Amino acid sequence: MKYMLLINSPATPQDEPDPEAASFEEWVTYDKSVRESGVHVSGHSLADLTTATVVRVNASGERAVTDGPFAETREVLGGYYVIDVPDLDVALDWAARCPGARGRGSVVVRPIADFD
Amino acid sequence: MTAVVGEDPMDATGPVEEVGTSVEAVFREERGRLLAALVRRFGDLDLAEEVASEAIEAALVHWPAGGVPSKPGAWLLTTARRKAVDRLRRDRAYAARLAVLQVEADRAAPAPAADAGEELPDERLQLFFTCAHPALPAEDRIALTLRCLAGRTTPEVARALLLPPATMAKRIVRAKKKIREARIPFRVPGADELPDRLPGVLQVIYSIYTEGYAASSGPGLLRVDVAEEAIRLARILRRLLPGEREVAGLLGLMLLTHARRAARIGPGGELVLLGDQDRALWDRPMIEEGQALVVTALTGGSPGPYGVQAAIAALHDEAPDWPATDWPQIVALYDVLLALAPSPVVALNRAVAVAMRDGPEAGLALLDELAGEQRLRGYHPYALARADLLRRLGRRDQAAAAYREALATAGTEPERAHLRRRLRSCE
Repeated sequence: MKYMLLINSPATPQDEPDPEAASFEEWVTYDKSVRESGVHVSGHSLADLTTATVVRVNASGERAVTDGPFAETREVLGGYYVIDVPDLDVALDWAARCPGARGRGSVVVRPIADFD
Repeated sequence: MTAVVGEDPMDATGPVEEVGTSVEAVFREERGRLLAALVRRFGDLDLAEEVASEAIEAALVHWPAGGVPSKPGAWLLTTARRKAVDRLRRDRAYAARLAVLQVEADRAAPAPAADAGEELPDERLQLFFTCAHPALPAEDRIALTLRCLAGRTTPEVARALLLPPATMAKRIVRAKKKIREARIPFRVPGADELPDRLPGVLQVIYSIYTEGYAASSGPGLLRVDVAEEAIRLARILRRLLPGEREVAGLLGLMLLTHARRAARIGPGGELVLLGDQDRALWDRPMIEEGQALVVTALTGGSPGPYGVQAAIAALHDEAPDWPATDWPQIVALYDVLLALAPSPVVALNRAVAVAMRDGPEAGLALLDELAGEQRLRGYHPYALARADLLRRLGRRDQAAAAYREALATAGTEPERAHLRRRLRSCE
């Protein structure tokens, strides 16, 4: 069973860093354990939100491209993993070990839909 | 039951005349066990519920004619398994999906050795943990536990929780969908996870109990059957987890409170508060059982919140009357409880105990310190406690205002009647 772990961090200004945020070394250690345990399917961290672009297509097929989204988001998706584990409890264990779950961060665990 | 002939559980040997009265009781008790055993075997709650119901229907047809089998639980399980196998033969896609589940479940947890003394292996513990899984919304955990472990039908669960049956049906469908699609496992958490997970199961049972004990709305103050269902669930859990002291604490707390049920409602259906209750009406054997559980709950380690609450309930039950209650000890226990599980409601109860120990002035000062608490806003016991202390201090106008405030938020009619009587005495 595949689950996506969506790693969210609070949308805080640069001058107000989360004091409980994990260190770079902790992320490296976690990433290594996900890969070496055999549950890893895929995963990436995302570039800063200021680099994001939104695309919408209206009913007549016109493309609207805008900068963002920024202002209204309180939590920012910073990265994800897709893992393959037997059940939700195991997925929750991996989420709880993720450095992104600490401090003001959170990890949302979502099953990957299976259309077979 | 009479002599057992043959080992086949399908072999019916019981006397026919017992069927009419025993069927309901047998099914209420066996349904949870049956369901748990089927979930263990097939890893799917929907299939388990479907074939459990079919097996019970089959029993309703066969038992009146052929007699109750010597091992009713085993008969039901065998019948349900056959129906499940038939169902899976008809629906290959469903079977294929379940086979995947089953393989993974087997890999995750080896099957426990069958207990020769049991006619139906007791797999209910894992069902308790699944129904109370933190990934489910709190209200769904209560509904699922009543349905799967208490063996209640959806309309019965709806009645127990004072909700329309359609709302309840949706809630149960939603919960089962999440269990299936997010694959919430049917498993007993390991010893290392138990401290995290057991409080959730206890919370569900206690919520069922309080739902019955202090119905939050509606005309009836006490729905004994709902409260007793919670006690029954706690007894099952205590048998399954005999070493967990908080399970003993929870069962003790419920028994020590439930022992007062006959005194809690007056002849006119009105609420009688603890201080005014006729203690001769209290259920002494139930109190004794609760007292023994308090000893278990508080022995052999630091106490948990249910054990401490049970100890407070025991002190009330042991007191000859309200003023002669051991208030210093109760205040001390509330201090322990506040340290374990800080909450404004506990602080409120402590303030009432302090008022009994040191006088209404002292209690009122503590209550006023809690005035800013968000959780006590609109919580009528807070306004009621203030009103009673103000009345005892002879500050009648302020007391009347506080009784009116309590009346504005009190839920059940008997509680409201009590408040109106108190209000009249201040006007």
